Amino acid sequence: MSIFLLIKVTNTMTLLKPLYRLNKYLREYKKDIIIGIILIIISDVLFAVLPKILQYTIDAIAKGIDLRQIATYALLLIGIAAIYAGIRFLMRKIVVGVSRKVEYQLRNDFFRHLQRLSLRFFVNNRTGDLMARATNDINAVTITLGMGGLLTISNGFIFSFIFVLMITTNVKLTLLSLIPFPFILFLMYFSYSYFYQTFEKVQEQFSSITDKAQENISGTRVIKAYVQELNEIDQFNELNQTYLKQNLILAKARGLMWSSMEVLFGIALLILLWFGGNAVMSDQITLGNLVAFTVWLGMLGWPIISFGWILNLIQRASASMNRLNEIMDTEPLIQDTTCTDHSIKGLKGEIEFKNVSFSYNEKPVLKNINLKIKTGMTLAIIGPTGSGKTTLTNLIPRMIDATDGAVLVDGRDIKCIPVKTLRNSIGFVPQETFLFSESIEENISFGVEEAIGEDIQWAADISTISHDLENFPDKFQTLIGERGVNLSGGQKQRTAISRALLRKPKILILDDALSSVDTYTEEKIMKSLLENYFNQTSIIISHRISTIKHADLIIVLDNGEIIEQGTHDELVKLRGFYAQLHRQQLLEKALEEM
Amino acid sequence: MNNYHEEEVLGKAYDSRLLKRLLTYLRPYWLYVVLGVFILLIATALDLVGPFLIKIAIDRNIVPKISTGLFHIVLIYFGVQIVQFGFKIAQTYLMQWIGQKVVFDIRIEIFRHLQRLSLAFFDRNPVGRLVTRVTTDVEALSEWFSAGVVSVFGDVFLLIGIIVVMISVNWKLALITFSVIPILAYIVFFIRKKIREAYRDIRVRIARINAYLQENLSGMMVVQIFNREKKNFNKFDELNASHLEAHLRSIFYYSIFWPSVDLIESIALALIIWFGAMFKYEGVVTFGTLVLFIEYSKRFFRPISDLTDKYNILQSAMASSERIFLLLDNKPDIVNPAAPQTLREFSGEIEFRNVWFAYKNNHDGTPDYVLKDVSFHLKTGEKIAIVGATGAGKSSIISLLCRFYDVTQGEILLDGINIKNLKIEDLRRYIGLVLQDVFLFAGTVEENIRLGNKDISLDMVTQAARDVNAHPFISRLPNTYQEPMMERGASLSTGQKQLLAFARALAFKPDILILDEATSSVDTESEILIQQALEKLMTNRTSICIAHRLSTIQNCDRIIVMHKGKIREEGTHQQLLKLKGIYFKLYQLQFKDRNIKSSAVSD
Repeated sequence: MSIFLLIKVTNTMTLLKPLYRLNKYLREYKKDIIIGIILIIISDVLFAVLPKILQYTIDAIAKGIDLRQIATYALLLIGIAAIYAGIRFLMRKIVVGVSRKVEYQLRNDFFRHLQRLSLRFFVNNRTGDLMARATNDINAVTITLGMGGLLTISNGFIFSFIFVLMITTNVKLTLLSLIPFPFILFLMYFSYSYFYQTFEKVQEQFSSITDKAQENISGTRVIKAYVQELNEIDQFNELNQTYLKQNLILAKARGLMWSSMEVLFGIALLILLWFGGNAVMSDQITLGNLVAFTVWLGMLGWPIISFGWILNLIQRASASMNRLNEIMDTEPLIQDTTCTDHSIKGLKGEIEFKNVSFSYNEKPVLKNINLKIKTGMTLAIIGPTGSGKTTLTNLIPRMIDATDGAVLVDGRDIKCIPVKTLRNSIGFVPQETFLFSESIEENISFGVEEAIGEDIQWAADISTISHDLENFPDKFQTLIGERGVNLSGGQKQRTAISRALLRKPKILILDDALSSVDTYTEEKIMKSLLENYFNQTSIIISHRISTIKHADLIIVLDNGEIIEQGTHDELVKLRGFYAQLHRQQLLEKALEEM
Repeated sequence: MNNYHEEEVLGKAYDSRLLKRLLTYLRPYWLYVVLGVFILLIATALDLVGPFLIKIAIDRNIVPKISTGLFHIVLIYFGVQIVQFGFKIAQTYLMQWIGQKVVFDIRIEIFRHLQRLSLAFFDRNPVGRLVTRVTTDVEALSEWFSAGVVSVFGDVFLLIGIIVVMISVNWKLALITFSVIPILAYIVFFIRKKIREAYRDIRVRIARINAYLQENLSGMMVVQIFNREKKNFNKFDELNASHLEAHLRSIFYYSIFWPSVDLIESIALALIIWFGAMFKYEGVVTFGTLVLFIEYSKRFFRPISDLTDKYNILQSAMASSERIFLLLDNKPDIVNPAAPQTLREFSGEIEFRNVWFAYKNNHDGTPDYVLKDVSFHLKTGEKIAIVGATGAGKSSIISLLCRFYDVTQGEILLDGINIKNLKIEDLRRYIGLVLQDVFLFAGTVEENIRLGNKDISLDMVTQAARDVNAHPFISRLPNTYQEPMMERGASLSTGQKQLLAFARALAFKPDILILDEATSSVDTESEILIQQALEKLMTNRTSICIAHRLSTIQNCDRIIVMHKGKIREEGTHQQLLKLKGIYFKLYQLQFKDRNIKSSAVSD
């Protein structure tokens, strides 16, 4: 039986493999860890020795030794207990403290690593999943490292010390009273793996309940329209019945395990009472010995109980660490390359697409794009959803890299320009406006090191967001997001435009960035942008003709290809896609005015 | 995901009103609660017997060295163990049973309540939040009901039991032992309070980390383009460090807590030894008593610190129950009339009479009308198409007819009876609704057609599917009608989903058909199948279609043109075209060139 157990334990050892990454962090706290272990050993010795004093006292009382001697014992007991308390305090503080410090560093590194990963990674990995790793998985690892590590080391010593003390007192009594212990160990181990499996089932059922609730609430209209409420309740009821049943099975198993364990402990005590009692009566041991034995047996309870728990903990931590390693071992797709010329400190803003193609999951998104945008020019892109407009603009700041061909800025392949310099020259307003839950001022100055008040005001004036701020209580200091003001879609977009402009970019990219702004304001903003403050090259994606009709060059993208290009007037004459769109938008406008 | 901020608002620790309401859920199980308490009482008593038997063994046998009788005590001890084994199992199981049952009841009650709430409620509350109420919040109660309520008695019993036995054995020594309780109580409550505070900080700070992390993950592209990695990392580091600080604080107090409790225990032990020895010499106590006190003093401290754990459980149960009760207290605003009228034989006649409707109010408090004075009348079997630009109020007409919402002003009549006077279930049974986005449930094809209606047999399901041209594609599925629909039917094409929704509507044999036609385009083949299916579906049925296809419009007897919440034009296709008004423009925009890529135009 014990060999079998040993195999189980060594299996657990292989579980430790993913945890090797932690070495790097633990090494930093080598001193703390060594001190911690020493403290653990001392505290365990004191812990094991305490009953010994009890033994001496009782034996002394039996012999009728004078009270002063007894008082010494009592004081000794308190003295040792006090030292023990002090050491345990330090030990816990240091060891558990180390685990939390490692957690802190691990989480920082995790975050830093995420920052280096490219857009593709975030498309493939759900935010919720990454969040779960940063929270639950890191926490699982920390707990194992702290309490798990502490208990593993401490339990081993406690067990050995007590065993030595017992066996030196009386071999026969020790062996007899420990008979139930292998059974307890066995029971603990298997119960925990059984609980773990059952618990997984319970969790699965719980997520079925969650799914059902989610489906029900999302499908309210259909459910109400087809009068399915009662049927839905029945289904939900059934899921919950199963959940209830499973939980009760778990409860039954738990009850059985704990009660069996208590009985086994009771039997150990019983054996002790019978054999120990007889041994005292035949003067083989003293009454003090017997009392000490009872206390020791009680002390062994906790290390045994925690045995199954620790194995379980290690299993979970190992799985969690695996999940963390998956992310931490992902290499960033986009970084500086061997040809990167680090002497490049600034850019002028001339852009060229040379035979650029881009595929996503084998599906072509952009096909052989050739395009040259001279410094200071404004390019507009129009085309149906999914035609590749956003992909085209994402190539410029290297959010993604072209599958074929090259994007050149100032005549240089952007892969040879330091990513930082490249992005520093770009002011980007993405399609989905993303602002942080901070003040408006912080959001506008998001992309610059130090922002001057005048510049912020200027950038806010151009996007006309400054006008809206007049009505906000804290003006530029107004917090946005859940704990502040909820901006309208148009206000968000205009804030994002200010954010991009404040960088004084050489390349300005607006990806459908005025869609929620009314036509009047839009015209005003566009007029300002065409002033070309920094002689910047501008790329503007829009669905509205009114936004882009003044651009120097307009291209129509469809299915990843440029199907029409020219100025507004030229394209209208072409009677193609652009012209049709133009007509439709005039109709819409007319309709709106009816 | 929105819960991160909610975490920061912690409910009151104790609220007698909430507690009373929570306890009412135990009422159906009061007999079991009483039984549980009873079993607990016995189990606790048996817990105390063990050390007492040892005391007897020491005093009667071991010290005077009389071996006869020791075996009896051992046997009794064994008997106690076995009985206790049974009681412990019963107790654990019963407590879990009560807890799980109660939680089951609460969960079903919330779900049932959700079914009664109207759409306006669901518009106001995000799905995620409601799901949390049914799941996570209820789970928090589960812990309290199964680990908190009954076992509090256990701790109290144990405490009282030990006190009583100790005092009855030797009241002097007992009082001396109890002398450390004030110090212990002080430490437990003081340090526990500090730990609780630290824990609250940990929760709040991890919530902040999560919120910031989520924000950064969602906005990573912006962070990278704007070269903000360093600054944002610093902010993250700051949050992370303050989380660490709270943790270290909790570790500090925890590190004080247990060693202090142990130290006090040892002081009590030293007192027992010292005074015990004194009393022993005076002949007032025996060795057995001494050992009994040593044993009991160890068991004495556990329930005290256990009780403070229960307080934490209570606290989180309070917070959850407050949120749950808030949801349960939402009264459904669309309810059945007190004395519903019934239509003996519904003919399918519909009338909207001067209907005004607003989902919400403007900033100045006046209703923000999406329908303004809408009136129209459909004779039995008549089919109308409703057309209009986005936001013209088309969908609202459908929602009102199904009574998802109630009209703000005016009346909707079926066969001349106001729908508010009909039973909601009856009203909705007259109607077959097909929505733009086909909602499929996680069940088989068959289940998705007949839903929960057991009166619809498989034959009827198949017939309905045949009638709407859905049968051919269904029979090509690996498991035909038993094919499970994964992820809301992700494996089906838009056209197939549409046909499935038609089959569903037809299987229920409604008197009125309401169709909100999908805007997305399908291939020509599916287009023809859908057209044929629609014709079949509308035969002999009063029908209202929000039309996006010219062919659908042409199948209808009449067209209503909605514009900015009002009916602006009405007539046949040809009549309306001649008007050269709104319909004429809409026709050019939406129907004439439907095959061109118009996605750039819409939304």
